[in-house]
Amino acid sequence: MTKQRNKKARRLESKMMLKASFNPYIQSEKRSKLFWALSDSWVLAKRSIKHITRNLDQLFSVALFPMMFFLLFRYVFGGAIDTGDISYVNFLVAGIFVQMLAFGANYTTMNLAIDLQRGIVNRFRSLPIARSALLIGHVGADLVRNTISGLIVIGVSFLVGFQPVAGSIEWTLVFGLAILFSLAISWISAIMGLLVKSMEAAQWTGFIVIFPLTFVSSAFVPTETMPYVLRLFAENQPLTHVIEAIRAWLVGTPIGNSGWLAFAWCISIIIVSMPVATWLFKRQALR
Amino acid sequence: MSIAGTDKPDKMYSSLTEKYVSTELELENAIVVKGLRKSFKQLTVLDGVNFVVKKGTVLALLGPNGAGKTTTIRILSTLLLPDSGQVLINGFDVVKNANKVRSLIGLTGQYAALDEYLTGRENLHMIGRLYRLSHLDIKRRTEELLELFDLVEASNRTVKTYSGGMSRRLDLAVSLIASPPIIFLDEPTTGLDPRSRLIMWDIITQLVSSGTTILLTTQDMDEADHLADRIIVINGGKIIAEGTSDELKQRIGSERLEIAVAAESSFEKAKKVIEDDSSLRSDDKMRTLSLVTKGGVNQLKQVLSRLDEAGIEVENISSRSPTLDDVFLTLTGHTCNDQTEKQKSKEVRK
Repeated sequence: MTKQRNKKARRLESKMMLKASFNPYIQSEKRSKLFWALSDSWVLAKRSIKHITRNLDQLFSVALFPMMFFLLFRYVFGGAIDTGDISYVNFLVAGIFVQMLAFGANYTTMNLAIDLQRGIVNRFRSLPIARSALLIGHVGADLVRNTISGLIVIGVSFLVGFQPVAGSIEWTLVFGLAILFSLAISWISAIMGLLVKSMEAAQWTGFIVIFPLTFVSSAFVPTETMPYVLRLFAENQPLTHVIEAIRAWLVGTPIGNSGWLAFAWCISIIIVSMPVATWLFKRQALR
Repeated sequence: MSIAGTDKPDKMYSSLTEKYVSTELELENAIVVKGLRKSFKQLTVLDGVNFVVKKGTVLALLGPNGAGKTTTIRILSTLLLPDSGQVLINGFDVVKNANKVRSLIGLTGQYAALDEYLTGRENLHMIGRLYRLSHLDIKRRTEELLELFDLVEASNRTVKTYSGGMSRRLDLAVSLIASPPIIFLDEPTTGLDPRSRLIMWDIITQLVSSGTTILLTTQDMDEADHLADRIIVINGGKIIAEGTSDELKQRIGSERLEIAVAAESSFEKAKKVIEDDSSLRSDDKMRTLSLVTKGGVNQLKQVLSRLDEAGIEVENISSRSPTLDDVFLTLTGHTCNDQTEKQKSKEVRK
C-alpha cells in the first residue's frame, strides 16, 4: 500500500519537476564564436584526458613500448653500433624520445576510430558545437599523454647512463619542439583515424606509417651506413630533422640545418593537416 | 518558446512553390517536412516524405527495418543532408541554420550515445557544457534528471558498469539536459526488458505533459498506440498511412481473435469454415487463424460453434492487439517481411 502511494507521490513530484523545467539558458549569443570553439575543445579534451586515468593500460603501453626498445637497443644492439665520438646511450635518447612521441600519437587514430564507431559521435554532431572540437580534444589528450610518457623516458634514460650537456635554453628548445612535433603527428593521426574503416585498421595504420618513419631515420643508427636510396630518404624526412635537432641540443652533436627545418616541418604539417582533418570530419558527418 | 531576436525563422524559403504553407501554420508546427528525398548510391531510402508535427504533440514513425525511419531522424537532427526537400524545426531550416536547429533538439539514438569511461554525472555535465549552459544550470538540471530517472545511486559509477536499461535512461537524460523543446527518439525501447520499457514509456508520457514535442520511431504498433497522438506508417521510404491511433485502428481493427487448431488435418477445413470473414488470416506453421474482433461475446460464440459443428478441435483461443505485421497486411496486402524481401531482390537486380 505505502509502496504504491510512494510511487504515486514520486511520479507527481517528477511530473512537477519536468514541468518546472527551467528555460534553457543557452549562452551562445553572449560570447564570441572563438570563445565557444575553445570552450568546446576544452570540454572534449578534458573528456579524453579523463580516459587516460580511467584506462591506464593506454598510458602504460605508450610508456612501456619505447622503454623496451630503449633497453633493447641500449644493451642488446648498442654495443655493436658505432656512433663515433659520443656514447651509444647519449646517441639513443633523442631517437627513443621521438619514437615514443610518434607511437603515442597513434592513440588519436584509435580513440577517434572508437568514437566514430560508437553512437557518441552522433551525439556530438547533433550538438551546437564547433566542428573541430572533438578532434582538438583528442589531439590535446595526446599531448598530455605524450608529456607524461616523455618525462618517464627522460627519467629512465638517466638511470641507464644518459649524460646530457644541455643547458636551460637547450632543454626549453627540446620541449618546445617536442610539443610541436607531438601536435603535428597527432593531427596526421587524426586524419588517419577519420579515414580508417575499423579498429583493426586503426591499429595497423600506426605501424605502417610510423614504423618506417622511425626506423628509416637517425633514431637508432647513424644514417651513413644505409644504402643510397634509404639514406636519401632518411636524411631528408622530418623525423630525422626532429631527432637530429633534439640530439644536438641534448648532447651537443652538430646540428646543421636540422634545427630550423624541424620547426618548419612541424608547423607546416599542423597548418595543412588541421583544416584537412576538420574538413574530413565535417564531410563524413553529412556523407 | 524563446527564439533569440537576432535569428528570424527562415522565411526565404516560403518561395512561390511553397506558398501553400502559411507562416502561421509553420509557427504552430514544431516540425515541418516537405518532399524529403534521400538515396545512398542506387538505393532510394526516402522517396518524397511529407509530414508536420504540431507543437507539444507526439508523432510516431511506424515501420519495419529499412523503412527509412532512422534516415528521417538523421536528417531532422542535422546529421545527414537530404538530397532534396525541406525540413523546418521551429521554423529553422536544418541545412541552412543547422547550428540553430541543434540548440533546439535532443537526440536519443538506437544505441546509447554515452561515454562509457565517464560516470553518469560526468556524461550529463559534459553534454550540458557542450549545449553551452551555465555551470549553475548544469548542476541543477543534472541533479533533477538523476533523481527523475532513478540514477542517483549509480551517478558516480562509470557507464561501463550500467545495465542496458540504465544506459538507455541515462542516454535520454543526457538529451534532456538543455530542456530542448523538440526531442527525437529513435526506437527508444528496442532491446529493453518489459520493466525498463514501461519506465521509458512513463518518462516519455511525462515529457509530453510538460509540453515537449516528440518524434519517435518504433516497430511496435502497441508502443505507437500507447505514446503517440498521430502515427505515420512508413515503408520503403514512403508514407503508406497516417492518422491518429484510433483512425488507424478503425482500418486495422483494434483487437484480433487468435484461434489455434489442434490437428494439422483439420486446419485447412477450419480455414474454409470461417473463410467468409474478410479479415481472416492464417499462419500455416503455427496452425493459427486470426480475425478482427470487436471484443463481443457473440462473435466468439458464433465462431466457436461453427468450428464445433465442423468437428474441429480448437486447442486455444486468445485475443491480442494488432502487430506491425497485421498493420502491413491490412494496408498493403503483404507482411512487412515480404515487403523487405521484395525490396532486397529489387536492389539485387539493379
